[in-house]
Amino acid sequence: MTENMEAKVKEIMEDPKLTYPQRLIELAKAAENLPDPVALSEEAQWFVDRDIVFDMGEGNAPYRPRYVVPDYDKFMKQGSKFLMLDPPKDIWDAVSNLLILYRFVPSVIAGPVYVGHIDRLLDPFVKDEEEARHAIRLFLTHIDRTISDSFCHANIGPYDTRAGRIILELSAEMQRPVPNMSMIYNEHTPDDFAKKAIGTGLITAKPSFVNDAMYTADWGSNYAIVSCYNALPVGGGGLTLGRLNLKKLADVTESPEQLLNDLLPRAVAAQCEQMDKRDTYILENSHFLENTFLTEEGLIQKDRFVGMFGLVGLAECVNQVLHLTDPKERYGHGKQAEEFALEILERIHSQVEAYKPKYGKFALHGQVGISTDLGVTPNTRVPVGEEPPLPEHLLITAKTQKHFAAGIGELFPFEETAKKNPQAVLDIIKGAFAEGMRYFSFYSSNSDVIRVTGYLVKRSDIEKYDAGEACIGNSTVLGSGASKGLHIFERSVRSV
Amino acid sequence: MCKYGLVNRIIPFSCVDGPGNRSAVFFQGCEFRCAYCHNPETQNLCTSCGVCVSQCPTKALTMGDKGVLWNSELCCSCDQCLNVCPSHSSPKARWMSVDDIFQELQGALPFITGITISGGECTQYHQFAAKLFDRAHELGKTAFCDTNGQLPFREMPELTAVMDMAMLDVKAWNDERHRELTGKSNRIVLDNLNYLSEIGKLYEVRTVIVPGLLNNEETVEQVSRHLAHYPEIRYKLIKYRPWGVRPPLEVQPPSDQYMEQLRTLACENGANEVVLT
Repeated sequence: MTENMEAKVKEIMEDPKLTYPQRLIELAKAAENLPDPVALSEEAQWFVDRDIVFDMGEGNAPYRPRYVVPDYDKFMKQGSKFLMLDPPKDIWDAVSNLLILYRFVPSVIAGPVYVGHIDRLLDPFVKDEEEARHAIRLFLTHIDRTISDSFCHANIGPYDTRAGRIILELSAEMQRPVPNMSMIYNEHTPDDFAKKAIGTGLITAKPSFVNDAMYTADWGSNYAIVSCYNALPVGGGGLTLGRLNLKKLADVTESPEQLLNDLLPRAVAAQCEQMDKRDTYILENSHFLENTFLTEEGLIQKDRFVGMFGLVGLAECVNQVLHLTDPKERYGHGKQAEEFALEILERIHSQVEAYKPKYGKFALHGQVGISTDLGVTPNTRVPVGEEPPLPEHLLITAKTQKHFAAGIGELFPFEETAKKNPQAVLDIIKGAFAEGMRYFSFYSSNSDVIRVTGYLVKRSDIEKYDAGEACIGNSTVLGSGASKGLHIFERSVRSV
Repeated sequence: MCKYGLVNRIIPFSCVDGPGNRSAVFFQGCEFRCAYCHNPETQNLCTSCGVCVSQCPTKALTMGDKGVLWNSELCCSCDQCLNVCPSHSSPKARWMSVDDIFQELQGALPFITGITISGGECTQYHQFAAKLFDRAHELGKTAFCDTNGQLPFREMPELTAVMDMAMLDVKAWNDERHRELTGKSNRIVLDNLNYLSEIGKLYEVRTVIVPGLLNNEETVEQVSRHLAHYPEIRYKLIKYRPWGVRPPLEVQPPSDQYMEQLRTLACENGANEVVLT
């Protein structure tokens, strides 16, 4: 063990702000990083050394896919031989079976990033309303207190169900950040149910709305929203997430032509190489899939895993490369900026789509940022503080989200008055989806639970953490960083 | 002058001017002189006196041949021009055609369910408004009037036929009090209340609650008795707030408790849906 490593381990063990499970995760991460990173070509390494291409700190020796998205519907039908569980007969069996399985679903966080389309899973067992409410309350409480990570994501909708309504009502009442939640929305979703979800969202910043038509076109209907807002095939998941930092790429760029014709294609190739090698490592070296009952019992399968090609900092890249300083011309406002941004995205998309990795395929993902980002705006968003008026903001967002099959999201804080008119928010969501927006998150500016960049935190928890207290939620730690680096509390509040 | 309307401002998204998300178009000019008017700069037309021109910190206002000119590019929206205007007007109001208005709303159209015209008093431009609403309907949007009922809808058949719904202020039930507050009788307002209710074009009645200035209980009670026959019409009770009121009133906003009392009073008298704001 190197001296460095010993110091790192000691630092983790002595950190007063980490709970015991958080300490375990950090120690495992330190161990995973002992081997050298997966070797890259000199060309690719050049981009990695400049933080232009980044492996998201997933670990040098990835021993499981980043996001595992089990087929929970199948699990509910068949139970589990390995876990010695029969298929559930009532609501108590159902929540118990699920909570047991979650312990065995790995991902880059300690627990699962996806806990299922929970209304669909539980609704068949809703017989007595009050009993179901009791069971679902325990279920949600258990997830919040034991998984304790806002990257843990539940899906509901598109149909109006009793379980769905109970979940929405309890979420509004409990006001906890975990699980993160998405409402799959399509033309079959009744306005009444959608408005109930919006009412809940304005209280507790979830659920977000998913443009089902677009994601179904990408993946078929059997996909799920996981982690922040990643869209991935059910029964598989995401192997790795690479991240292209377009702001850092702009730092080494001298002209728009050089970016489009030279540096961008090289950087994209470098990231594809890194992702390909890391994906191959997971499947060929760490043998994750062969060594889990999830595969044996058909809950995941190799050909349902994909790689996520993430990117951040489009706004900074466009402004910097085109030397835009006039607020009317900058990204989110000017025509030239928009055209250049869309050209960059087209180029990335066609190159990534043409790349044939050894396993699966790659899909674009609008990465949400990391807590240490400074001056780099997540995915294709307009920087906080430079947002154009809401109609224009919605239009530019929709235009830039087109190619992001593996998920992208933008979020809109609304004033308190929106609570009295959820139909107004629904009108905006419907319009945004018709314009091609993939994912719509919103919250009320004065709620305690708020959305940081894609995940949820409690404002009151961040205040506690910043004052030196330990917190149950891992995401609080990240949110504390983001509140400073990304000015999330200063996001433009929308009055409608 | 039915090809153009004098527009004070346009708000692309509003969730407080009718159902769903709506664009709100505020017209310039009103016959009422309410003591609690929140946007007195919408009351009169500009007299081109030029007082505001010298007060503008960014030189966005200049005196042209036909009156004060406003350069929106230079404007910093400090509202100094409104504060110094001796005649409760605005140099920023623009004569706009139906095309002009929808051109400005183009970006908002995918996200709204309809438009609402307000003011000032929107019915001052009722012929123009009818044309504006025709276009809204062509675009699949609903069309609402936010009105204080100073002009009789019976005598504005084009607008009444084409509008989907109206939202009507009933500021005071007692005519004497109404005259004190607004400078005008409420006879036409109450006739509009009856008429719009009967023809099924009243979405909402609104009353601003001002303790110490108005007989709030009387108005709430009487309006509620009327609404008892029309359960589909909701009643919105609005707290008086001092923002924008010039000169300031020597009254306090009502307490939440008082608003709740009035809600109870309205419900007891038969109003089906009562909203506080």
